[in-house]
Amino acid sequence: MTTRLDKRFAQLKQIGRAGFVTFITAGDPDFDTTLGILKGLPGAGADVIELGMPFTDPMADGPSIQASSQRALRNGASMKKTLELVRRFRESDNETPIVLMGYYNPIYHMGVETFLGRAIEAGVDGLIVVDLPPEEDDELCVPAMKAGLNFIRLATPTTDDKRLPAVLANTSGFVYYVSITGITGSASPQARNVEAAVKRIKGHTDLPVAVGFGIKTPEQAAEIARAADGAVVGSAIVDAIAREIGEDGKVRNGAVERVLEFVGKLAAGVHAARAAAAE
Amino acid sequence: MSLTKANSLRGGPDERGRFGIFGGRFVAETLMPLVLDLDQAYKDAKADPAFQAEIEYMQRDYVGRESPLYFAERLTEHLREKAAASGGEGGAKIYFKRDELNHTGSHKINNCLGQILLAKRMGKTRIIAETGAGQHGVATATVCARFGLPCVVYMGTTDIERQKPNVFRMKLLGAEVIPVTSGTGTLKDAMNEALRDWVTNVESTYYLIGTVAGPHPYPAMVRDFQSVIGEETKRQMMEREGRLPDSVVACIGGGSNAMGLFHPFLDDPSVKIYGVEAAGRGIETGEHCASLKGGSPGVLHGNRTYLLQDEDGQIKDGHSISAGLDYPGIGPEHAWLHESGRAEYVSATDKEALEAFQLCSRLEGIIPALEPAHALAFVTKIAPTLPRDHLMVMNMCGRGDKDVFAVADHLGVTL
Repeated sequence: MTTRLDKRFAQLKQIGRAGFVTFITAGDPDFDTTLGILKGLPGAGADVIELGMPFTDPMADGPSIQASSQRALRNGASMKKTLELVRRFRESDNETPIVLMGYYNPIYHMGVETFLGRAIEAGVDGLIVVDLPPEEDDELCVPAMKAGLNFIRLATPTTDDKRLPAVLANTSGFVYYVSITGITGSASPQARNVEAAVKRIKGHTDLPVAVGFGIKTPEQAAEIARAADGAVVGSAIVDAIAREIGEDGKVRNGAVERVLEFVGKLAAGVHAARAAAAE
Repeated sequence: MSLTKANSLRGGPDERGRFGIFGGRFVAETLMPLVLDLDQAYKDAKADPAFQAEIEYMQRDYVGRESPLYFAERLTEHLREKAAASGGEGGAKIYFKRDELNHTGSHKINNCLGQILLAKRMGKTRIIAETGAGQHGVATATVCARFGLPCVVYMGTTDIERQKPNVFRMKLLGAEVIPVTSGTGTLKDAMNEALRDWVTNVESTYYLIGTVAGPHPYPAMVRDFQSVIGEETKRQMMEREGRLPDSVVACIGGGSNAMGLFHPFLDDPSVKIYGVEAAGRGIETGEHCASLKGGSPGVLHGNRTYLLQDEDGQIKDGHSISAGLDYPGIGPEHAWLHESGRAEYVSATDKEALEAFQLCSRLEGIIPALEPAHALAFVTKIAPTLPRDHLMVMNMCGRGDKDVFAVADHLGVTL
C-alpha cells in the first residue's frame, strides 16, 4: 500500500531535494492557534508534519517540548482534540503527510483498536511512539501497520549494527535518526557524524532517513539536508510559538503568521541545501 | 534455569520482563541497548558466587544485617486491650522486621548495595538516582561515597522542602542534589529527569533506580536485592515460633520494601499478604497515592502497571503526607499480585498514619518513618480482629528521624 508518506518521499527523491519535517505540539498553546499553524505549514514549506500528542510525562523531551505539552494540557488538549485537529487539517489538504508523535499511555488508555480506527478516520498517516521499542512491537506497531498506518521508528547513536535490523524490521514510511544521545532540543548534531550514521542506516534499508534532535537554525537544517533525506525541526519551532505568548498568557496578534515566517526560513535552508551544494 | 517449581508464583518475570501483562520494557530506543546490557550483566552477576559473597560481606559489616525480628509486646498488648474493650478476645501477636536499623535508616540500602556492586562490575563511572523522601537518595549517596563514584540525585522541589535533613545528608555524603521543578516537583518528576539524564549520558552512567519499577530488569533486580528482608524474616520466625507467620504487612509507594518482604512467602499459601497504599486525604477525595485502589493499568517509566491517570491517559499527581509513597504508580509485580489475588492491597490515610506514628513512638520507643506508619495504621485496625495466636510481621522499613519536622508541622508544633 502506498501511503501519503511514501508518495511524498518519492516526489522529493524525484526532484532531488531533502524533505523538511516540522514538529508542533497539538493544542499548544490552544486549539485554534495550532489549527492556524497546521494549515499554514505546507505553504511555509513543510513537507511532512509531525503533530505531538501532549503527555504529562514526556521523558525523552527537553524543556521546550515539555513546556509545550504543559501549555497544551492546561488549555484542555486531549487525544480527541488532537485527532480533531488532523480532521480539520484534512478538509483542505489531502497531500501533506501527518505523523502523530508522542508516548504510549494516552493511546493505550484510549484502547489501541479504538485509537487506530479514529486516527485513520481523521487522516493520520503514521505514528512515532517514543517509548515503544521493537521489543514491544505487538503492543501497537504490528496492529498499526496492519491497519494501514506507517510506524516510524527512532534509530539512535546507541543502535548498533547488530540491533539495527531489529529496529528496522517493522519500520515503514521513513526512519527517524536521532542524531544525538539525549533529549529533544539539546546539543546540535555534527554534520560529519550524521553523514556517517545515515550511510550506516542506508546499508540496512531502502527507506528514507530523516534526521532530528537539536536542529535550531536554517544553516543547521541545510547541513543536515545535505546528508539525509529529511531534516526534522521541533524545539526551535515550539520555542517560536512560546515567544508568542504574552505575559497575560494570551497569544499575541499575528502569532500564526510570525511562526510560519520562521518555519519558512528553516524550509528555505532545507530546500536550497542540495542546490547550494551542487553549485 | 529457574529452580522454582512450575506452578510457583516466584518464577516471574518472563524473558520479556512481564509479570502477566504487567512490566515490560517501554523505553526510548536510545536506552534500549543499555537496558539489554544491564539485563545480561545482572544475569551474570547473579550467577557469580563472588558477587553474592561481596554483597553478603557488605550487608553484614557495612549495613548491619541481619536486622532483628522484634516482638512488639506493648503494641500487641495495647491492641489486645482494644479488642477486649469491644468485647473481643483477639489480638494478633505483632512482630516488627527492624529494617529501620540498617545503616542510613531504611531498607533502601539493601538495593543500593547490590546495584552499586553491579555498576562497578559493568565499569560505569557515574551514578544517578531519583528520590522522593530522600531515603533512596541518601542510600545511593552513601554507597557512592563508599565506592568512590560521583553521584547525582534528582529530587522534586516539593520534596526538597519537606525533607530538608535528607537533602543535607546527601550533600554531606558528596552527592549533587539537582532540584526538579517540572510537574508537581515530586518523585515522578524526579524520575522523568533522571531518565533524561540517562538518555543523555548513556556511556558513562548507571541509573540506580530505587524501587521495583522501571523497565525490566529493574523490578526483578530490585526485588531480588530486597528479598533479604523476607528471607531473614522467614528464618527468624522459624527460630522464634517454629512456624511461618500467618500474615505479613508492608507499606507501598513503588513497593520495594513490600516486594522484598513478600516475595519469599509467595509460595506459602498459609501466609496472608497485605500491601498498604497511601490513601492521602481519602481515596474518595481523589487526593491519594493508591494506584491499585484508585488507578487503572497504563504505561509509565518503562513498565505497564496500575497508574493514577485521568480519562485522557494523562498522569495525575498523587498526594500523601509521606514523600516516599507519593508516586502515581506501583511496581508491576504488585499489579500482578493484586490481579491474581495472591496479595491483598488496602490503604491508610494521612491521618491514620500520623496517629500510628505517635502510637508506635510512645508504646515501643520506636519513631517510625511516615511510610511504615501507614502499614502500622493498618496493623492497628486488623490485629484486634485476629486471634491471639495469629503471627503478624510488619516491615518497619524506615526510621522517622527525617520526618520529625514534617510531623511537628502537621501537629501544629513549632520547633
